[in-house]
Amino acid sequence: MLIIGLVVAAIIGPLFVWRNNENRSIKRYGIGSAAAVVGAAAPAIGMGQCGFADGATGVDHLFMYGLMFGGGWLALLAAQSFFDRADGKKKDSAAFAGEIRTGGFRLGTWVPWVLLSPTLLILIVFLYFPAFSTFTLSTKLTRLGAPKSVDVCFGNFTELLITDPFKLVAYPLIAVALLYGARFWMRRSEPGTLSRRGADVASVLAVLSVFVALYAMFSPGGGGQVAYRPVYVTTIIISLGIVAFGMIGGLAVAYLAFRNLRGASIYRTMLIWPYAISPAVAGVLFFMIFDPTAGIFTHVMDVWFGIDVPNYRETAFLAQFSIILASGWKILGYNILFYLAGLQTVPLAQVEAALIDGATSWQRFTKIVLPALSPITFFLLVTNLTYAFFEVYATIDFMTKGAPAGKTSVAIYEIIRIGVNNGDLGRGAAQSVLLFIAVIAITMWQFRTSGERVSYGGS
Amino acid sequence: MAGLNPGVQRKGMIRGRKWPYHIGLTVTALIIAFPLLYAALISTQTNAEIFAFQIRPGSALRDHFQSVWFDRDFAGAMWNSTQQAIYVTVGKTILSLIAGLAFVYFKFKFKWFVFFLVLITLMMPTEVMILAMFRQVSGYGWQDTMTAIVVPFLASATGAFLFRQHFANLPTDLLEAAQIDGASPIKFLTKILIPLSWNVIAAMFVIQFVYTWNMFLWPSLILRDPEKQVVQTALQGLTNIDGALTYGPLMLAAIIASIPPAIIFVLMQKPFMSGFAVGQNK
Repeated sequence: MLIIGLVVAAIIGPLFVWRNNENRSIKRYGIGSAAAVVGAAAPAIGMGQCGFADGATGVDHLFMYGLMFGGGWLALLAAQSFFDRADGKKKDSAAFAGEIRTGGFRLGTWVPWVLLSPTLLILIVFLYFPAFSTFTLSTKLTRLGAPKSVDVCFGNFTELLITDPFKLVAYPLIAVALLYGARFWMRRSEPGTLSRRGADVASVLAVLSVFVALYAMFSPGGGGQVAYRPVYVTTIIISLGIVAFGMIGGLAVAYLAFRNLRGASIYRTMLIWPYAISPAVAGVLFFMIFDPTAGIFTHVMDVWFGIDVPNYRETAFLAQFSIILASGWKILGYNILFYLAGLQTVPLAQVEAALIDGATSWQRFTKIVLPALSPITFFLLVTNLTYAFFEVYATIDFMTKGAPAGKTSVAIYEIIRIGVNNGDLGRGAAQSVLLFIAVIAITMWQFRTSGERVSYGGS
Repeated sequence: MAGLNPGVQRKGMIRGRKWPYHIGLTVTALIIAFPLLYAALISTQTNAEIFAFQIRPGSALRDHFQSVWFDRDFAGAMWNSTQQAIYVTVGKTILSLIAGLAFVYFKFKFKWFVFFLVLITLMMPTEVMILAMFRQVSGYGWQDTMTAIVVPFLASATGAFLFRQHFANLPTDLLEAAQIDGASPIKFLTKILIPLSWNVIAAMFVIQFVYTWNMFLWPSLILRDPEKQVVQTALQGLTNIDGALTYGPLMLAAIIASIPPAIIFVLMQKPFMSGFAVGQNK
């Protein structure tokens, strides 16, 4: 089975070279083919071909092929950058690395290395090395504090997914096809036409299909599989809840506060100070507010509205709501800060022109202010998502501890529960890898999109 | 709000009535402050007063302070957090400054590769590798030490890029002048670059101080000894005093824990914002 994979790699290599190069030669096709084969073989042989061993399931084969594909692709990208350099097409890497044109210090070549060495040392020892060990740990079954470990190949991953290999291939392919289809439609349609409206709707649906595909791929549990689908759903609900609440609230408050009033700087300070509050303290404060016996929330609901609120730690909706409220409140200050800065760059000439044209305040807001803020909105979307993925841990730990029945146990909380509290490092590491992939996907999306989106006016 | 006609003139000056904005902003500020004001009220009350939902300040603030600050040694946790935050903030700022210096004012082989190596770490949050890091750092025998909560956080891609960006936007003849004077790189950094960078350093200082002070997950894993806790993790020990839930001391501790980062943030707001403006511009 390894041979099949390597043959496919040997064919894809030259195709890749053909697609990406103007200077095509036999030598380059050969290099491309070899690079793809070596790149694909390295992870497979490095893992002892365990995904193809006797008794390996279809899903194991799938993972092994996936890993080979990834390795081959990386090798091809490396080869391509080598070709580009040879063609003189290299993206000005000097400018990329921020060199100043008038030369630099002409000192021994060791000087910059000495200056960079502490940073590099710490990044390698405390970021690259643990990142690498997270991947190796994820293929093992090992206990915290125990020296022994057993190789389980992809076992820690496959138990999180459904068992049907065909569905595991089909679902992501459908989602990707929809994404490309929507993009194609978007390119073909003219702005302002009905077709463009349809394309807008289609791209939203295509993005949704990615979430649905992931939902369908994670195992609902049973049959020896780990129920990861509920964790996925909880993570999505809580992250999107925090991001939506934090960003809409932040924009609304900033839009109220950016005008030049007397005492504007005092108001500003009074609005953004929660930036300095920790997620743990946010958890403590809302723990008090929502406390079922002593908290003001239950009391007010009961006395003023006659509603008997159940214990929030035993009701899924209330538990998620309280976490979203606490985290959203904490991140509000940060969002207000950036939106206030962004609102200073809104082109006033356009606002005045719209005012003369008789646009309503809502129209002015949606047609002029929102588009002008889009770079900041995008930046905040990514930072808020990172916050909702990781910093929410402390808030959850103080308020619900994942209760009821895991309904507030988001991915990072689950990783600590499995890896530290249960001491099951391998399984925890496998879930960490999933979260890692999510972060990489978001960052790639950020890098690609921030190049495309343009701001009007300002900066 | 629709009838107010919030017209916008130069510099966002409002045409028409202003008092609705004052009212709107005051109400919003109060809503945002509510959780903290409520905690401040609770921190003065005994459990009996809390359960009676008394709106006046209670009688127990002094007792709570005694119990939190001295009996439960929250003072010790504050001291630990202060040390950690200062070490990390100062260390990170220095490392980022010299990394920025190397990136902008030196030419060397494989610079693009080093740059890439640092850039990639932007998409490697500590949290996704926390289990491996926990095992690794425990293996060094660093549990319950200051080293464990300082050293891994001393380097920062964000910081290095913040200074790289700032230095790259400075006039290029600075370096020529310095070279004619025969200044060494360190002299160039301390005499010329740093005095031109106070805004960025202040921004870096606020971000890193708040980030370090508010860190929770990593200290909660690596610090087990109750005496070695930092403020965020010490709060956990206060959720339960003598087997009973005591709300007042917990709220008081939460407020005390927020004072240092809040003061730094409010005092350094101006340089912080202008430092961010540097980071934003291309």
